[in-house]
Amino acid sequence: MEIAEELAKNQKAISVAEFFEKNRQILGFDSAPRALITTVKEAVDNSLDACEEAGILPDIFVQIARRGDAFRVIIEDNGPGIVDDEVPRVFAKLLYGSRFHVLKQSRGQQGIGISAGVLYSQLTTGKSTVVTTKIGPSRPAGKWELTINTATNDPEVLSKEVVDWDRPHGTRVELEMEGSYVRSRRQSIYGYLKNVAIVNPHARISLVEPDGNVETFERVTDQMPQDSYEIKPHPWGMELGGLIKMMRYTEKKKLKSFFQSSFSSVGGIIAQDVCKLSDLDPEMAPSKVTHAEAKRLLAAFKEVRLKSPPTDCLSPIGEKLIRAGLEKEYRLDFVVTSTRSVSVYSGNPFLVEVILAYGGNLKKDGKAEILRFANRVPLLYQQGGCAITHAIENVSWKLYSLNQPGGGIPIGPVVLLVHVASTNIPFTSESKDAIADVPEIVDEIELGLKEVGRKLRAYLSRKNALSERKEKEVIIRKVLPKMAQKLAQILERDDLDINPVVAKIMGNLMVSRTLSRENGQTFVKLVVANYTDAACKFKLHETVSVEAGSIEPSARVIPLGDGYDHLWKISLKSGEKTTLSYVVPTEGTSFSDPVVEGQPEELVTGARVVGS
Amino acid sequence: MKDSISTRKHLLGLVGSLYDQFENGVVPQISIPTRTKNNIEYDPNDKVWVYGKQKSVRSVKTVRGAKSLLKASYLVGLLIDEHLKHDRGSTLREIYYISENWDMAKFGEQSESDRLVEDLEILTELQREDFHVRPEEDGATIFGPLEIKESTRRGERRIHCQEDVGEAGYQIPFNVDNVKFSDHDAKLVIAIETGGMHARLIENGFDQEYNSVLVHLKGQPARSTRRLIKRLNEELGIPVVVFTDGDPWSYRIYASVAYGSIKSAHLSSYLVTPAAQFLGVQPTDIVDYDLSTDKLTDQDLQALRSELTDPRFSGDYWKEQIQLQIKLMKKAEQQAFAGKGLDFVTREYLPNRLSEMGLI
Repeated sequence: MEIAEELAKNQKAISVAEFFEKNRQILGFDSAPRALITTVKEAVDNSLDACEEAGILPDIFVQIARRGDAFRVIIEDNGPGIVDDEVPRVFAKLLYGSRFHVLKQSRGQQGIGISAGVLYSQLTTGKSTVVTTKIGPSRPAGKWELTINTATNDPEVLSKEVVDWDRPHGTRVELEMEGSYVRSRRQSIYGYLKNVAIVNPHARISLVEPDGNVETFERVTDQMPQDSYEIKPHPWGMELGGLIKMMRYTEKKKLKSFFQSSFSSVGGIIAQDVCKLSDLDPEMAPSKVTHAEAKRLLAAFKEVRLKSPPTDCLSPIGEKLIRAGLEKEYRLDFVVTSTRSVSVYSGNPFLVEVILAYGGNLKKDGKAEILRFANRVPLLYQQGGCAITHAIENVSWKLYSLNQPGGGIPIGPVVLLVHVASTNIPFTSESKDAIADVPEIVDEIELGLKEVGRKLRAYLSRKNALSERKEKEVIIRKVLPKMAQKLAQILERDDLDINPVVAKIMGNLMVSRTLSRENGQTFVKLVVANYTDAACKFKLHETVSVEAGSIEPSARVIPLGDGYDHLWKISLKSGEKTTLSYVVPTEGTSFSDPVVEGQPEELVTGARVVGS
Repeated sequence: MKDSISTRKHLLGLVGSLYDQFENGVVPQISIPTRTKNNIEYDPNDKVWVYGKQKSVRSVKTVRGAKSLLKASYLVGLLIDEHLKHDRGSTLREIYYISENWDMAKFGEQSESDRLVEDLEILTELQREDFHVRPEEDGATIFGPLEIKESTRRGERRIHCQEDVGEAGYQIPFNVDNVKFSDHDAKLVIAIETGGMHARLIENGFDQEYNSVLVHLKGQPARSTRRLIKRLNEELGIPVVVFTDGDPWSYRIYASVAYGSIKSAHLSSYLVTPAAQFLGVQPTDIVDYDLSTDKLTDQDLQALRSELTDPRFSGDYWKEQIQLQIKLMKKAEQQAFAGKGLDFVTREYLPNRLSEMGLI
């Protein structure tokens, strides 16, 4: 026997399941805590994608319970459900999915997903997975018990029965597996779901932890994310093998119409040009194109002027929603966002969103918290190896008023959230933990970071100026009354009204009211002076328990039920002053503080401020 | 000294103006002569240096100004309600401690309250004695052929400053105007910076040999010491010389005796002895007597340069001496004469210098 024949005896096909059994780490099942997280992640990603496609606001329930040494993991959603034919393959066949061959932004891409969880459950506890699903209120729910045949990568249905389920539609998966439940770390089911909730503010997610503790991440908006849709490949991202494969299997009979129908950004003129440049007949059959000719075609595509790939296939989360999501989980002083326009790497459109949140109850002296997202999926592992982290480290944060001792991640009360959306996120590995350092993507992230950095710098310098002003007012308001009191005491004279002086010092709008009583009548005088350095236009309200007489100048009088609002519209240039007056009976009249409407609160002395 | 009633009126006028400004909606402020070397001028009548026309404004517009005027108001309150009303007094240090209870008006350190008392003197054209504020006794002494009468709280004392005192001399009280000169046999007053040199001259009997009154300045002299020197010079007509170390700081001691100090130029006509002459140690002495020296420090050099732009040192004599010293880069102490023997200063240096100056 020849050596080759000898060796061939040992060669046999290994099943996909066997392969993954030996390579758990690339699927994200390499440690006990991570196995649970990955299972939840895959199931939740599926639920969110399904709900989004069906236009349903997601309601997702996750429960982790102890079962002896193992854990029972339940994930239930209100999604559209799964039709009978598909259930076994969706859950119990690896690499089965609807998205692998589709160029569209979605959370799951490869379709390894939840079936890896099923396999892991089977390998560690020998238990089958129970799936309950219902596709409509009038349809019965099906309950399945499934395992994977690890030799053939085919689903095995142990049982299927029709059950009653009170949900109108949805899917519930129950798996039992070895694992370990952690809570406190960011890399935990809690941490994962919290981050999911931030970028999916339209979802309501509840988590029941093994100790019975219930965490609910409430929905903060009823607005569904913008739709993303499928696009055809763009020639820039095409590789030779892929092109040859497409040409072999296409139904089109002519090369020109093949190009027109199979690629985005390619019209009749471009198709014609490419054929001409490659010296090929546009009418020839695509399947007849040789290897060498295909190479010429690919080269020709680089020479013609192509439009960029269509960009509306991507769905940014949007400033409003992402802000709502963040503010739900953190108390913040300041949030800025930057949504970059769509760019392209190797023919794949991608889009970067950057959010910077500052202050509130964030830790002042710790490293900035980095939240990484790819197609709305939180990335928990391998932070140090991710393009997002690298972009953050590349930015010189000192320029934007943050410390960055020794370079690297900035220090301060800051959350940096970066979301990369693409039809094809270039991950560094199959476990989808980190985005690869594609120069175009790193550049876009850096530009987004710099934009929010500039806004942070502007905010901080404005805040400094304001706080200095505030600090001064606090001191002035403490020092001057004491001084006025002391002066009056030494001189044995009346107490002083220091408001006019305070208003002048602070450059404020000053309202001062003096009352003088005579013959049972109270004469009220309001002096309004504009000590600011700009013209002021505002409304002044005097709410008195009775309607005033002799109002000068005339005011609008609005009955309030328990009193009267006297309203003057006032406009004063810088340095100008005006006097208002009216008369009320002394007996039984009560006043409240004058109210200024339409001026910033910190610029007004001697009156309450509303609606600034 | 002014009586309490007129002092009270002056102080009330000051706080009254602050009150009125408040009442009229004017941001309260006071203006006070700028107390820097750029704002002192020679007054040819009194032949002393006084504040010029530059004013600086203290206003409640700034946090610092507001705090300073708050403290001033409290201080005036203390002077009127405690000192004048009850005929009591406090030392400068006591005032600093009294302010402990003044909350935001509390003084940060004693120099702050000292300065504010000086401000009040300037603003009211009074002296701190009028406010019943006194300094700590600083222990400066005189020794020499002079008999004085001091009225104390326990009656009048008649003291001869050679015969009735120990080797430490007669201690100058803080209120020198309670001292009358009854008799003397003095031809010269020597004001001496250091205690060591003061004791050397007493030990060597210089006071007897040259009929001189030896005044110990104890560094930068207190007001009482300066006032006493002025009175010895003007009331008794005795010439005054000032004997200090040969460094920039000591020249300022001489300047405060003979020209007036920048800090209290408002009192120059009361404290300054324009006729006082500088005896030494002069930079030229360092060369002439080949004295042991120290190198000038950076601060010394800076102080010398600052003196070159100080109007009080603008005369030719000082220009020459200071420029020489900068060239030498050296300074010498009074006690450096001891290197030539303990009697050298009384046998050689002083007689030489005094006859050079035409005083013996």
